[in-house]
Amino acid sequence: MSGPSPGTLAEALEARAAHPEAVPIAGGTDLMVAVNFGRLRPEALLDLSGIAELAAWQRRDGAVRIGAGATFAQIASDLGEFPPLVQAARAVGSPQIRHRATIGGNLATASPAGDALPVLATYGGDVLLASVRGERRLRWDEFLVAPKRTALAEDELIVGVEWPVVDGPGSFAKVGTRNAMVIAIASVSLQLDTQARRVCIALGSVAPTVVRAPEAEAFASDALDWDDPQRPLPETVAREFGALAAAAAHPIDDVRGSAAYRRRAVDVLARRALAWAADDWRKAA
Amino acid sequence: MTITTTVNGVEHTVDVPPAASLLTLLRDELGLTGSKNACEQGECGSCSVWLDGELVCACLVAAVQADGRTVRTVEDLGGADRLHPVQEAFVAAGAVQCGFCTPGFVVAVADLLECDPHPSDDAIREALAGNLCRCTGYSKIVAAVHLAEGTAA
Repeated sequence: MSGPSPGTLAEALEARAAHPEAVPIAGGTDLMVAVNFGRLRPEALLDLSGIAELAAWQRRDGAVRIGAGATFAQIASDLGEFPPLVQAARAVGSPQIRHRATIGGNLATASPAGDALPVLATYGGDVLLASVRGERRLRWDEFLVAPKRTALAEDELIVGVEWPVVDGPGSFAKVGTRNAMVIAIASVSLQLDTQARRVCIALGSVAPTVVRAPEAEAFASDALDWDDPQRPLPETVAREFGALAAAAAHPIDDVRGSAAYRRRAVDVLARRALAWAADDWRKAA
Repeated sequence: MTITTTVNGVEHTVDVPPAASLLTLLRDELGLTGSKNACEQGECGSCSVWLDGELVCACLVAAVQADGRTVRTVEDLGGADRLHPVQEAFVAAGAVQCGFCTPGFVVAVADLLECDPHPSDDAIREALAGNLCRCTGYSKIVAAVHLAEGTAA
């Protein structure tokens, strides 16, 4: 390889095509753990951390596009207009991790517990990919195919994510053994779309990949009084929403938590998220 | 792979294995053993250093990623003959027991006080969430941060 650290995306794509053995690295917060523990012994690394164009974000034509190289520290400080995203970014690791870890790395690792992934799913977002052959975009659920498996081709790099901007409140919350430095046992991202009159919810860490909860969404979208934000959310609606969200989870028992605990956590998180959104909407109206 | 990196103001051109970590480079090549090698997975913060001014875990940065960049380690803050105010505060508050986590904490606290000279207890605990100490129970570390307030910049 000519140099370890390409300065532009074009150079990186050339290097990716010419040296498929070189493992792409951005923040390194997942990859270097695998290296340090001897699970991965790359012959070479393709360092993406110096490519400024990958770290940019912009809003255009009713959509937001965030570069794969945006770190969670950057996202937490710059993208306050997307509460679920910012709350997820703040929930990642520690300050040291957030300074390095990127949204693109979260996608590449494709852990069912990746904190940014439920947010992308909530917005029905796309993953933007590029190679010397050209660009393509995949819907989030076409990209995330299985635990730690993605549809990324051997010569491709993740360039960014994009989703339509919607009006309305939302949140992200996760359950773990501490408030920081923790891998989610269960997480929930929720967004109200007050124009389309729709509730969107996605679940993390409770199925082989991130999943949406379509029945819970249909129920809440129908049950909310979209004409009157001041009308309090009936307790029965929140409870049924939680139960339906929990039914969309397909969790396993593992070292972090049991399947039963995860289902219960989704129930509680979903119920709270809907109540918070209803509250925020009322206050904003 | 040959890289050139500036560590504590000194430029080094070194040959590094393809996937070696910055921590390995600092400790094994450059003899800077203040940054500790403990969890190797970014959980404990005992290898905290600055990379281009940002607080990071050196164990999770590939050495090749430090090419053309500036690294600052705990050795640059102070040493036995001239303690940094944060180090003095750790001694005075009894925030050091076995001492293994201390260099990482000192770096993280110095970083915190640079951006927030008078942090609340909550802000301290959040800023230090990536640094683990198995001895002190953290209270004395929080006390040390307050003691160092205003003197660390």
